[in-house]
Amino acid sequence: MPLIKNECIKIIKRKRFYVVLLVLLALVPMFTYAQMKSAERSQEKFNSDWRLELQQRITDNENSLSSDRVPDEWKRYRLIFIQQMQYYLQHDVNPNQPNGVTFTREFLNNAISLFIPLLIMAIASDIVSGERTTGTIKMLLTRPVKRWKVLLSKLIALIMFTSLIVLSTYIIAYLISGLAFGYKGFDIPVFTGFQIVGSEVDMSGVHAVPQWKYLLMQGGLVWFVGICIGMLAFMVSVLVRSTAASIVIMMAALIAGNILTNMASAWSSAKYLFMVNLNLTNYLAGNLPPIEGMTLNFSLIVLALWAACAVIVSFSVFTRRDILN
Amino acid sequence: MNEQAQEIVLSVQHVKKKIGRKWIIHDVSFDVRAGEIFGFLGPNGAGKTTTIRMLVDLIKPSSGMIRVCGYDVNRQQEQALRYIGSIVENPEMYSYMTGWENLEHFARMQPGIDQHRIEEVVNTVRLDRRIHDKVSTYSLGMRQRLGIAQALLGRPKLLILDEPTNGLDPKGIKEMRQFIHQLAAEGLAVFVSSHLLSEIQLLCSRVAIISSGRVLAVGEVDELIAGNSDHVIWDLNPAVQGKRILQKLDYCEIVNHPEEVLDDNLLAGMSPEAVVTRISSDNTSRAVERLVSGGVQVREVHRINPTLEQLFLQMTEGESIE
Repeated sequence: MPLIKNECIKIIKRKRFYVVLLVLLALVPMFTYAQMKSAERSQEKFNSDWRLELQQRITDNENSLSSDRVPDEWKRYRLIFIQQMQYYLQHDVNPNQPNGVTFTREFLNNAISLFIPLLIMAIASDIVSGERTTGTIKMLLTRPVKRWKVLLSKLIALIMFTSLIVLSTYIIAYLISGLAFGYKGFDIPVFTGFQIVGSEVDMSGVHAVPQWKYLLMQGGLVWFVGICIGMLAFMVSVLVRSTAASIVIMMAALIAGNILTNMASAWSSAKYLFMVNLNLTNYLAGNLPPIEGMTLNFSLIVLALWAACAVIVSFSVFTRRDILN
Repeated sequence: MNEQAQEIVLSVQHVKKKIGRKWIIHDVSFDVRAGEIFGFLGPNGAGKTTTIRMLVDLIKPSSGMIRVCGYDVNRQQEQALRYIGSIVENPEMYSYMTGWENLEHFARMQPGIDQHRIEEVVNTVRLDRRIHDKVSTYSLGMRQRLGIAQALLGRPKLLILDEPTNGLDPKGIKEMRQFIHQLAAEGLAVFVSSHLLSEIQLLCSRVAIISSGRVLAVGEVDELIAGNSDHVIWDLNPAVQGKRILQKLDYCEIVNHPEEVLDDNLLAGMSPEAVVTRISSDNTSRAVERLVSGGVQVREVHRINPTLEQLFLQMTEGESIE
C-alpha cells in the first residue's frame, strides 16, 4: 500500500495528470463548438425537423450506392448505415438529438481508438522509463523491497489513473458540451444489438436502451481498452530506456492500427493485432467491423491476451534485468 | 588488531561478472568490518561502479557470493538490503519533489521509519534549512547530503558511497570527510570508492585496489603506501651543483621526468629548479650530509606519496615477477 501511494504521489507531482485534464479542457470545447455549428446549419436547412434531415441523409447514401466509383467496402458500410437509420426513423427516434449526453456518447465513440489511448500513454509511457532516464530507479531498487513489488505498485497506480482518465473524460465532455446543448438526454432511447450478416442488418436482436445505460456499457468498453493500452504502454516503458522512444513506439502502433482498420479488410489475419481491435464501441453501435469475422467477444479476447502477455513480459524482464545505467 | 575482532558486515567472495561476451569483473574478493572505512580504489573504468552495483543487487554477479550481515544479497534481497544504505554514482533524487518529500517517499518503502527518524537524518546531514525546497534548486553538495540522508534512513550497518567527494568544492570535501569519519566512529561500516589515492589516504583505514576488473591488493592503507613512497623532492642552492653531487651517489637515482611521478598538486607548487630523486628513507640523511659538506645549501627535503599510477605500476610489476 505505501508503495502504491508513492507511485500516485509521483504521478501527481509530475503534473502528468494535470496535463491530461488540460488537454481535455482545451479540446472538448473545440469539438463542442464544431458540433454546435453543424447542428445550427442543419437546423437552418431542415427547419429543425430531424426527420427531414435523416431522410435526406438516407437518400444521399442511397444515391452514392449506385455510383461505380465508390468501392464495395464503402457500399457495404453505407448499406448498413442506411438500414440502421431507417430503423431509427421507423421508431421515431432521433439518433443525433443534440444534447450533452449524446455529445458525450459520440465523442467517446470517436475517442476510443486514438484519443483516450493517447491520454493514457501520457502517464503510462514514462512510469518506468522515466525513472531510468533520471537514474532514480537505482534508489528505488536498492531499498529492501522486492522488484516485483515495486513494479506491481506502479501497475496498480497506472490502473487507478487510467480509470480516472476515462472517468474524467466523461465528466468533462458532459459538463462542457452541456453548456452548449443542455444537460438533458439521459433517458433518450438508443438502439443496440444490430447483427450484421453479410451486408444485411439483422434487426431481430435490436432493442432500445436508455442513453444512460448505453453510456455505462460504452464506458465499460472504453475502460477495458484503456487498461489494455495502459498495460502495453507499461511493457514498452519497461523495455525501453528512454521515454521518448517509448512514446514513439506506442504512437506508431496506434496510428498503424488506425490506418489498418481503414484498409486492411482484405488481410484477415490482421484481426489478431491489438491495434485494429480498439474500436469496441463499434460493436455496440452496430457498425461494420474493420475486418470480417470480428465480433465483440473476439476483440475482447484478443485485447485481453495482448494485455496479459504485456504484463508477463514486463514482470519477467524487470525482475531479472541488470540495471546498468 | 582490534578491527580484526569486529563483525564482518560485508563479505565479497570471488565475484565475477560477464556483460555481453566480455568479462568486466574477473575476480573480486574482500571483507568490510563494522566501524571501518573501507576504500575501493581504482582508475575510471576499472569496475568500481559495476562492483558497487552488484553489492546492492542492481546487477547479478555471474558467479561468486556477496553477503551482507550474513544474508545473500542476490537471493535474500529484502533482508540483505535492509542493512545497506547506498548512493550509486550520482545521488539522483526526484527533482520535482522537495527534499523532505523525497525522504518520505523512501521512508515509505521500509517499515519502521517515522517522521521523527526523517528529522533525525535531516539534522545529521545538516540540511534542515533547505529540506522543504524542491530538489531541482539544490546544489550538488546538497544533493549529495540528501542522498546520504536517504541512505541513512533505514539505520543501515553498511553505507556504500560511490565517489562521494566527486564534484564538491574543497570545503565540501573536507566536510564530507569529517562526516564520514563521524559515521564510522558510531560503528557504521563505510565503503567508499574513489579514483584518488590521496582521498583514500585521508579517509580510509583499509583499501582494496582494483584495476581492470581484478583486485590487486587488499590491506592497510599506510602499509601499502609506505612500501611504495621512495620519491623525494630536493630544493637545493645552487641547484646545478647539488644535482651533480646527487648524481654521483650510487644509492640515489635522479628522475628526469618528474611529471610522470608527481601529482599535479605537487608539480604546481614545485620550484622549477627542484630535483626529484628515488631514494630510500635510510639513505636520505646520508645524502643530506654529502650535500652540506659539498657546500650546497639544502632548503627543503620532501618525501612524496606515490600516485595511483605508480602504485599500480609497482603492483603489476610485482605480479609479473611472481
